[in-house]
Amino acid sequence: MKYLHLIWAALFRRKGRTLLTLVSIITAFLLFGLLDAVRVGFDQAGQSANGARRLQTGSKLSFIQLLPITLGARIAQIDGVKDTTYANWFGGAYQKPENQVFSFAVAPNYLDVYPEMQVSAEHRKAFAETKDGVLVGEGLARRFGWKVGDQIPMQSTIFPDKNGSQNWPFKIVGIIHVADKKSGAWYDEMFLLNWKYFDDTTPWNKGQVGWYVTHVKDVNQADRVLKAIDELSANSDHETRTMTEQAAMSSWMKQVADINLIVTSIMGAVFFTLLLLAGNTMMQAVRERTGEIAVLKTLGFSGPSLLGMVLAESVLLLLIGGVIGLLLASIIGPAVSAGSGGALNLPAAGLVSWMMGVGLALAFGLGVGALPALRAMRVNITDALAGRA
Amino acid sequence: MSALIEVRDLSKVYTRGKQTVEVLHNINLDVQQGEFLALMGPSGSGKTTLLNLMGGLDAPSGGSITVGGERIDQLSGAALAKWRASKVGFVFQFYNLMPTLSAQKNVELPLLLTKLSASERRKRAAIALQLVGLADRAAHKPTELSGGQQQRVSIARAIVSDPMLLVCDEPTGDLDRQSAEDVLTLLQALNREHGKTIVMVTHDPRAAARASHTLHLDKGTLVTEAEAAAA
Repeated sequence: MKYLHLIWAALFRRKGRTLLTLVSIITAFLLFGLLDAVRVGFDQAGQSANGARRLQTGSKLSFIQLLPITLGARIAQIDGVKDTTYANWFGGAYQKPENQVFSFAVAPNYLDVYPEMQVSAEHRKAFAETKDGVLVGEGLARRFGWKVGDQIPMQSTIFPDKNGSQNWPFKIVGIIHVADKKSGAWYDEMFLLNWKYFDDTTPWNKGQVGWYVTHVKDVNQADRVLKAIDELSANSDHETRTMTEQAAMSSWMKQVADINLIVTSIMGAVFFTLLLLAGNTMMQAVRERTGEIAVLKTLGFSGPSLLGMVLAESVLLLLIGGVIGLLLASIIGPAVSAGSGGALNLPAAGLVSWMMGVGLALAFGLGVGALPALRAMRVNITDALAGRA
Repeated sequence: MSALIEVRDLSKVYTRGKQTVEVLHNINLDVQQGEFLALMGPSGSGKTTLLNLMGGLDAPSGGSITVGGERIDQLSGAALAKWRASKVGFVFQFYNLMPTLSAQKNVELPLLLTKLSASERRKRAAIALQLVGLADRAAHKPTELSGGQQQRVSIARAIVSDPMLLVCDEPTGDLDRQSAEDVLTLLQALNREHGKTIVMVTHDPRAAARASHTLHLDKGTLVTEAEAAAA
């Protein structure tokens, strides 16, 4: 600690250069914080106590292939199944195509299987009794300024009605409340319409469903039940693949994009550039201080202590930038989420992201400081004082 | 007086690429405790090399150097660093102060290697600065001081850990006449009043005249004053 003022003074010896390097490090770690929050958000999708009890059954071929409505009754007969429900992807957008919403056409008992979504008895009754009625998540309603009783036009990006129009009129009959906002952000954005109305209105569906959701009685029986469900359709023209909700979510997201790969690739490129930049800064900083390092050695500072001081300087640089970047990510992420009215979900960097970020800053600090530190340790006093080093 | 420094059959050979240069050849000399020795000689005569060897900054190619009864030519790099920290103070031609630190912090540098508390370090640095007449400039950075003041700060840094030996390499070489006189007066006072043994390399006969004894080097060997004058 008694060398801290020396390390600090050396770090800000060239303020402009250090500040520019710091800005690069802050930007890299801000990006890391935001992207890692996205990755963690995707990883955690479907990870809940209720999620563990739910199995999703979709077509073995692709998630866009449909399944017969008759399969539901057969699934319900399997030993260990508590309840089964179904849904179709609606692909709704409000007013303009970029206002995409998570919109599903769902079976009457859909909410029974998803206790995360809380709807009052009055609103559930209205939903059951109103053909074109919809339930909307609280966050979604806030985002578009909707309230119960509103008539809203929704555009399906996939399904036309019988007249070929993709504009579907709906009436908001209830609001979905989410008890746990942190893990249930997805449900807060939900838009649910009646499957019957959907099936009657579009000529494309013809009594088929997108996927089944099965609630098992005992989570330990989930593996047996999912195999039994897939056996029902074995060797048919609609073979199924059943997975736990978490695996299904992960599989579905991977069909859209491999978030882990994208995040890792972007961060790999960013951090590689950062390593070169910070390494160059540290190398320059030590090279131009060769004379001063020689003086410290003359005064009696040992080679290892100078090695430690340069390494500490490098680690300090990366840690300052890393911590500021992660702090900014923790502020900007939720601010962007709030600003987008829930359209984007960028949670604050969690403990795991922080630990990983700080760990990376430490490792990078040691990495970029290693060569300059060795150079400092090996400075020859007489050569350096004579200007030959 | 007993000899503080005993140099015996000292030689130093530098190898630069394929070239080998013998910078010092068979040097024998004693520096007495409390002596103020000036080393003179033309450029390339080996005076700075000899000074560096006596200050433990470099290792000899042959011979021995004993300082205060300790064979410093036999010490390891780490032991030599410890020895320098406690036994020797250095004054350079270009002051070699840390530009980012205040005068006070520059003077405190050698004390960071001791077990002294921060307040004790501050106190001792303040005394050293007072001794060189710069107590009022403690908070100033080197760029805010004149050359003479910077050299006095560097002398304060050299004496703050109370070393037995001061080695000074052209301490007045970068100073104007008045500042040079001030620095030499200060060195003389440290020698006479505080008993510091000083070895000073200089080109300047006026600086050498302040020393109690002068040795001349030419082409890596010690020569008499008459031989030096004739060279």
